[in-house]
Amino acid sequence: MNFEEHAAKPVLRAHGIDTPRGEVVRDATAAAEIAKLLGPCVVKAQVATGKRGKAGGIKLAANPDEAEGHARAILGLTINGLKVEKLLIEEQKPIARELYAAILNDAESQRPLLLFSAEGGIDIEELADERPESIQKIAIDIRKGLDQGVAVVEIARSMPEHATAIADVLGKLYDAYRASDAELIEINPLIVTKDGDLVALDCKLVMDDGAVPRQGELAPKGTPDSVTGLEERAKEHSLKFIELDGEVGVLANGAGLTMTTMDAIRHFGGTPANFLEIGGDSYTKAKPGLELVLANPKVKALLVNFCGAFARTDVMAEGVVKAWQELKPDIPIVFTIHGTGEDEAITMVRQELGVEPHDLMNDAVKAAVEAARSGSASQ
Amino acid sequence: MMIRKAERVLVMGITGRQGTFWAEHMSNYGTSIIGGTNPKRAGETHLDRPVWGSAVQAAAESVDGAPDAAVLFIPPMGVKDALMDAIDAGIRKIVCLTEHVPVQDTLYALSAARERGTGIIGPNTAGLVTVGETFVGFMPAFNPNVFQKGRVGVISRSGSLGTLICLNLVQNGQGMTHFVGIGGDPVIGTTTMDALVALDNDPETEAVALVGEIGGAMEEKAAEYASTMSKPIAAFIAGAAAPAGKKMGHAGAIVVGDKGSYAGKKAALEAAGVYVSPTPFGVAAHLAEAFGQAA
Repeated sequence: MNFEEHAAKPVLRAHGIDTPRGEVVRDATAAAEIAKLLGPCVVKAQVATGKRGKAGGIKLAANPDEAEGHARAILGLTINGLKVEKLLIEEQKPIARELYAAILNDAESQRPLLLFSAEGGIDIEELADERPESIQKIAIDIRKGLDQGVAVVEIARSMPEHATAIADVLGKLYDAYRASDAELIEINPLIVTKDGDLVALDCKLVMDDGAVPRQGELAPKGTPDSVTGLEERAKEHSLKFIELDGEVGVLANGAGLTMTTMDAIRHFGGTPANFLEIGGDSYTKAKPGLELVLANPKVKALLVNFCGAFARTDVMAEGVVKAWQELKPDIPIVFTIHGTGEDEAITMVRQELGVEPHDLMNDAVKAAVEAARSGSASQ
Repeated sequence: MMIRKAERVLVMGITGRQGTFWAEHMSNYGTSIIGGTNPKRAGETHLDRPVWGSAVQAAAESVDGAPDAAVLFIPPMGVKDALMDAIDAGIRKIVCLTEHVPVQDTLYALSAARERGTGIIGPNTAGLVTVGETFVGFMPAFNPNVFQKGRVGVISRSGSLGTLICLNLVQNGQGMTHFVGIGGDPVIGTTTMDALVALDNDPETEAVALVGEIGGAMEEKAAEYASTMSKPIAAFIAGAAAPAGKKMGHAGAIVVGDKGSYAGKKAALEAAGVYVSPTPFGVAAHLAEAFGQAA
């Protein structure tokens, strides 16, 4: 789960990292009021996405009038699909040097990985492409934490005059990473002020979704992914549902199989209408799942692909049959069913719906794509 | 990271609904289950086997000998302690089925596992199968439509898709040696490359079906090793049609920019001489052809 800047910075402050003074506002008049208190300030769009500056979402203001004007312009912008509804108004800081620091869960080293660069302020992915040698890395043993001595030696290679102070901030950043169950926590830029202080001008925090249940205090401050109405309904059933633009509704078990079903629909010339996973612990939720898929008016045919291991196909098929009989949708349904409980599942589909499941997945996908196409043509 | 019949298996969380269901299936298939754990029911028996309070206790008290492997039917927030318990017990191979484990907990256990030389498979894996011999996890190893003894080693991040690939091999008249489920989490103990090395070194495995997913860089890394192998490899990568930036069910399956993309993985594997099939069924078909040429 992503955190907007104003929600992420308190995590840094709680661990002793300085950030500029500021306030969150929702209209231009309030922006001017805060600017009066702060003096020269920065008006920053609060949306959980990168490249806000390039999109015109971050502006310097010398006085309250300018702050009000910038606020008016930035509110209502849409940045990477996210509408700007909040602004962070912060005091300006005298920048002597911009640095970069981040800690993330690294699959390759199987450790928390600290990234540091003395060339902060720019997009880190561009920096990684253009000057990878300027990014320093320390893999951390999570059972011991960041070794300050190691950090000082490493940082001194690029920033000898501030190495101890920077390593101290990195130690605090590591504490923040651990405490917030971050999969990524990033300060870009971390600045050295003209007085030699270290201040985090920005903060990006992505909390590990798996840790949300134990982050009772912090998690509600995060920004859930923007969702459609149907996706919201899916959440109420704890189902993972993504609405797409296509015509073939997909009901499958397991993330891998569901993705593959979508791929196969594309491969055979069709378009998937959704991603919906009902595997894992949610295999008993075929009925609410199917209701979601069918609530999408774009769906012209339904493809049910079960390959049950942990998820029992007889339990899932029962849910589908019940929902189908209740909703009586006027579209074709195509099945392919294999794995745990398949005999009972196939018999049930034959008897209750009068539909013969396909033995091969490719045949089922082709049939569903064809059915969706003729369904669209007849309308 | 393969499981053999001689290995003694401890089922952690054996008394729960899923633990019970799958422990029975494993045992019926031939897996040597010495017992299980549940701290609240230590001293009882379940499925005619002892229940211990911890893996450490099981290792000390089992009259059948200390466990060689552990399989976890444990809820996400209990996984870190269960993994540390199994590592402390000296168990060499731990299969973690649980989905939604906090990643920092996984990193913590992996740190301890490295120190002790313990292998962790998963989290979020469907388990391991040695066809016709033994299995740990929740794969339908006992279903003859899905699992038949044969020559292909299967590696999969996903249980459901791995099942489909096995099914396709059987539908195409082939069979498997081992199924290695490595897990769908963004950070896992045993990687695609680790599994590939193991199957390359396995004398019974003559070819490999590699089932990947968008996200991460594990397939790209495995491709480097694949280029050194002489056994034929056919791959399927799920997620070609997935929209960028959306998490597709598995926490590991997300594409950010070009990183972890279908195109990148396909290119890396093809450069290493691996056949990348646009459909799951194409994997079985390609391997049948490869065997035909070899025969």
